Amino acid sequence: MGGILLRFKDCFSIRIFGIIGGFILFLRAAPAHAHLVTTGLGPVYDGISHLALTPEDLVPTLAVALLAGLGGARYGRMTLFAVPAAWLIGGLAGLVLTTAVNPYLTTVSFLVLGGLVAADLDLSPRVMITLISIFGLFHGYLNGSVMAQANLGFLGLVGITATVFVMIALVAGFVVSLKAKWMRIAVRVAGSWIAAMGILLLGWAVKGG
Amino acid sequence: MDSKKRLIISLILLLTLIVATPALAHIERGEAAGFFTGLSHPVSGLDHVLAMVAVGLWGAQLGAPAMWLLPVIFPMVMALGGVLGLLGIPLPFVEVAIALSAVLLGIMVMSEARPPIAVAAILVGFFAVFHGHAHGTELPVGQSGLLYSMGFVMATGCLHGIGIAIGLIHRWPAGKIALRIAGAGVALGGAFFLWGAFY
Repeated sequence: MGGILLRFKDCFSIRIFGIIGGFILFLRAAPAHAHLVTTGLGPVYDGISHLALTPEDLVPTLAVALLAGLGGARYGRMTLFAVPAAWLIGGLAGLVLTTAVNPYLTTVSFLVLGGLVAADLDLSPRVMITLISIFGLFHGYLNGSVMAQANLGFLGLVGITATVFVMIALVAGFVVSLKAKWMRIAVRVAGSWIAAMGILLLGWAVKGG
Repeated sequence: MDSKKRLIISLILLLTLIVATPALAHIERGEAAGFFTGLSHPVSGLDHVLAMVAVGLWGAQLGAPAMWLLPVIFPMVMALGGVLGLLGIPLPFVEVAIALSAVLLGIMVMSEARPPIAVAAILVGFFAVFHGHAHGTELPVGQSGLLYSMGFVMATGCLHGIGIAIGLIHRWPAGKIALRIAGAGVALGGAFFLWGAFY
């Protein structure tokens, strides 16, 4: 039995089958038809749920974390602090200015970040910090202007920023830890999915306009 | 943590997933339904499933870099087709092309064809446009377009992953033969759908 377990552990293809099996189970799982408008727990939790339930923010945040993770621990640390800081600054600007921005502009984040993850380009630190700062400022501004209209204020923004920090810490940390070549490729494939979603979001924007 | 403990924990987690039941507390409306509709759309049509799995099988058969290049190219080109579909721009013979993609990809796997990577990418990319167009035109009214799009992109990618996982049997001599037989099966299935598309 022990020998069988050992072979089981060492067999690369079995791991693949395990992961795909997980995907099948994921696909098989039926939807929980629940919806959440407000948490009822105050603006911080509303901010947290806003990010978690807004794919226009959630998916690009995942993309930036994947990109940082692919860049290694240094870029991961840089992104971990730069994005939430930029998000908070952009959010404060949004709270003050309250001028609405077309939310379909997030398409750019999908396309650029997803494309960069898929291409796995070796970005210089200067390019990386510029990119993630613009990303954080833009999405922060979008959230801030929405928070102002929904009267969630600064605390709602704090909830979002904290969630961004945690999400980047978890995802980028996970990607940095990946050593196997095929797992890095899997991350790149995820990037191509995000870019594809961006192309489709662009289509919806054109159709909506 | 040793391998036995990992295995036991993994099995418990899998079991939890399997026995989980849906919470049907609310009627279907809006966003969550959009995501799950998109997720189930590529899986609900066997012609899509055959072609997507065949992409993975062929990629695994060709080995690196095709094994990862094809699943990276496909969703992006498919998205372009999806945009055409959702904008209402018609493409001729969509159902025929989808069935034909299963036939041709099945033949590629069956014959263990090894064209240059650019040719393989163009072939797969060409058919991806038609698959995307079919998904793009079939968004149910009242559901989130973005979440629907996310769902069908992810489901398509998972089908590629399943194809690649199955295709890994290519490393064994018996597996090579089994893979070619599977390719023949895909081609036959595609031919069935091609017949259906015409008649």
